[in-house]
Amino acid sequence: MSGLNAFLSHFFVTGDPLIYASDVLIVLVSLGIIVTLTYLKKWKWLWREWLTTVDHKRIAIMYLIAAILMLFRGGADAELLRTQLAVPNNSFLTAEHYDQIFTTHGTIMILFMAMPMMFALFNAAVPLQIGARDVAFPYLNAISFWLFFFGCLLFNLSFVIGGSPDGGWTSYPPLTELGFSPGPGENYYILGILISGLGSTATGINFMATILKMRAPGMTLMKLPLFCWSVLSSSIIILFAFPALTVALALLLLDRTMGTDFFTILHGGNPMQFVNLFWVWGHPEVYIVVLPAFGVYSEVVSTFSRKTVFGYKSMVFSLLAITVIGYLTWAHHFFTMGAGASVNTFFAISTMCVGIPTGVKMFNWLFTMFRGRIQFKLPMLWTLAFIPAFAIAGATGIMLAAAPADYQFHNSQFLVAHFHMALIGGVVFGYVAGMYYWWPKLFGFSLDERLGRWAFWLWQIGFYGCFGPQFALGFMGMTRRMYTYPANMGWNTLNLVSTCGAYLMGVAFLFIGAQIVYSILKGKRDVTGDPWDGRTLEWSIPSPPPLYNFAVIPTVQARDEWWRRKQSGEAAQRAAFPAEASLQPIHMPRNSSIPFLVGLSFFVGGFGTVFHWYGMSIVGGVGILLCLLARSLQENVDYYVPVDEIKRTEIHLREGVTHGLHV
Amino acid sequence: MSKAVLTPKQGGAVHEPAPEYSHGGDVSILGFWFFLATDLLIFACLFATFVILRTHTDGGPTGSAIFDVNGFVAETFILLTSSFTCGLATFALRKGKRKAALSWLGATILLGIAFVGLEISEFIHDAAIGATAQRSAFLSGFFTLVGTHGAHVSMGILWMCSVFYQIWRRGIHPVRARKLFLVGLYWHFLDIVWVFIFTVVYMMGVV
Ligand code: HEM
Ligand SMILES: [Cu+2]
Repeated sequence: MSGLNAFLSHFFVTGDPLIYASDVLIVLVSLGIIVTLTYLKKWKWLWREWLTTVDHKRIAIMYLIAAILMLFRGGADAELLRTQLAVPNNSFLTAEHYDQIFTTHGTIMILFMAMPMMFALFNAAVPLQIGARDVAFPYLNAISFWLFFFGCLLFNLSFVIGGSPDGGWTSYPPLTELGFSPGPGENYYILGILISGLGSTATGINFMATILKMRAPGMTLMKLPLFCWSVLSSSIIILFAFPALTVALALLLLDRTMGTDFFTILHGGNPMQFVNLFWVWGHPEVYIVVLPAFGVYSEVVSTFSRKTVFGYKSMVFSLLAITVIGYLTWAHHFFTMGAGASVNTFFAISTMCVGIPTGVKMFNWLFTMFRGRIQFKLPMLWTLAFIPAFAIAGATGIMLAAAPADYQFHNSQFLVAHFHMALIGGVVFGYVAGMYYWWPKLFGFSLDERLGRWAFWLWQIGFYGCFGPQFALGFMGMTRRMYTYPANMGWNTLNLVSTCGAYLMGVAFLFIGAQIVYSILKGKRDVTGDPWDGRTLEWSIPSPPPLYNFAVIPTVQARDEWWRRKQSGEAAQRAAFPAEASLQPIHMPRNSSIPFLVGLSFFVGGFGTVFHWYGMSIVGGVGILLCLLARSLQENVDYYVPVDEIKRTEIHLREGVTHGLHV
Repeated sequence: MSKAVLTPKQGGAVHEPAPEYSHGGDVSILGFWFFLATDLLIFACLFATFVILRTHTDGGPTGSAIFDVNGFVAETFILLTSSFTCGLATFALRKGKRKAALSWLGATILLGIAFVGLEISEFIHDAAIGATAQRSAFLSGFFTLVGTHGAHVSMGILWMCSVFYQIWRRGIHPVRARKLFLVGLYWHFLDIVWVFIFTVVYMMGVV
């Protein structure tokens, strides 16, 4: 019995009521899902329609669901952290537990919330905006999703099986070497990110090829919607940045499993090399996630101001400038590590340079709104909210970029406030705006405005309430990753305010959840396919779009092609049936179970490696090879949708339109 | 795979594309170039790490103590030849000569196996004299960089076997022509990476 106990407590995390509660919750939720699916006889449906799908719209939905769940998980972590910091000398969390939670919070928010939410938007909008039937490599797209999914699952498992990582989301060695963190937590971190990172790299490749090669006839690069430009820039950075992360983590894994000495202090290892490799990815990562948000702002501002975006060419140029400069700034994350004055100067100046193209974009958005007939719908509200938040993030960023001053700000709460202003104000606001904007297109119904406004205002108040005081706390000497503080520092009130702000944001999140549930039940159906009176091609087809998106591939003449058609009266024909003679059988990829199995094999191999069970790692590795081989030998991977079926689908989709518009 | 929708190039002579580029193949080939770029960056990071750790031998064996000139020159010769035979295979396939394509591909596979075999015996020999990846940061860097390349070559061999099988059993077809072309690109890429390993790791190690 005691043997069993010892085994279990090695394997499962024991002794913490929070974790017992989550164990129970996880078991109950899983049982609930299994019972419901079995009861409703939905297993086959789930497998056929979703788990094996290669349709970009469904992949977008799966990414979105995962991202919202992870926002919840990361948000719960944040609430725990802020609860601990609410009052001095608090013992709600232990030091060790606090470390684990800020590590999982940071990692999940950036890699398992922001990235999938961004990929959800890529998948939802890009093929539709460029008039394509799918991405360039639909099958690879499915693989990317499953790699993300299983990497994320592996990471989250650490909470209940084996113990969470606690080395911070940056996971610097030698602290994270085997000698200092012997448990499986760090392995979870490495493998979870490695696996999902492979998927991200593949997505970057996929969307670059999609945008460069799959555009509808007539859509030159200078007619490409700005969101697609932002996706292209982001994908270029993914391509250049993720390999560095892969190498950094793989070498750390080798140190931990094979006993090599890349980053140890013994035997000549060099921990700084990890720090360099990490930030060669880590800094561009910020631009990877923020550029698509910029793309969303451009679309939203022009749609809801009912004007073409101001300064299109300078928008494109500044996106590309940020893409390049963003890559040259990584060392500003370790000004204090003694690289010397000239290195620090270079990185300080390059960092400040990023402000220029960003400023250009800001002014262009403002000029677009100027004299526009602005409609304050939810996507527009979040876009407007982004402007002050990002201005603060930018100003404090310049302060941090001044290398000598950084010796003061380094790793203080000032920094924590700065990067949350950027990541929440720049990235999360943009993704939420994008979610609201494309939601009716993806699902065929709109999200409720009233609940959405509640969420919006609570979130805004909470946001400034939470992070505003932290700027001051930073100046007053409170550092980052500090799990408790004495009562006599003068920090008490500010911390309490900050925690209240965090709670308000938590409530705002619940409102968004309620809004989604309410709208699923009662949301307004989008019968027109064009609920915002949009400008780009995705609004020219019914919502949700049919499997093949466009019955006839459009020919593009203008930047805002759909707007042009509406103005010139051509659009009225859309409601009518596409001319029969123009219909041709459509070539589509078949569903496949291999992407799911690839992900599963990675999961099995990864789990084995976490616990040094190499037999299991080999099983996973063989699984991956078999999947690749099976695919390589497969030739029957696509089919044609016959004209009859297209006709039937289009008539069915247009019934709603004719009823709604009385055309 | 969905079809690319492209505007036909205006003007200029219209001539038949090479078989691997027909049937929308140019999208796949572009995607593969992007993949190669990421792989190149992986090697670049490994090279950077190796260069930094080159002198960190911690009193253990140095490059000049363990590198066997005949061994790595032979490896280089074999790999360069295999790149050539691989090119001949693609060339033969374009001319529709299935048998010739298969023989050149077979030769490439055999040369690849010989390369990996030599590398493994080199590694075993190093380990036997105590030069293991655990001994020093220099050796960690060496084994990881060269080993990653070797693992890539091994993957390439497996992939070529699959392409060999497909051309052998199913004949010539644009899709398979593309597969051969892609595995060829991959193989030449590994060859180029090896030239850097040859220079930076071995040549600079023995002088
Ligand atoms: C609900 C809103 C959020 C709250 C209340 C919050 C709160 C916190 C707190 C209290 C910390 C720990 C500070 C410390 O002790 O050093 C933290 C760290 C961090 N947060 Fe957030 N956060 C929120 C949202 C986000 C989002 C959306 C992202 C990214 C997209 C993010 C990224 C990070 C990162 C990267 C860290 C650093 C983790 C580390 O030190 O390793 N947070 N956050
Ligand atoms: Cu940075």
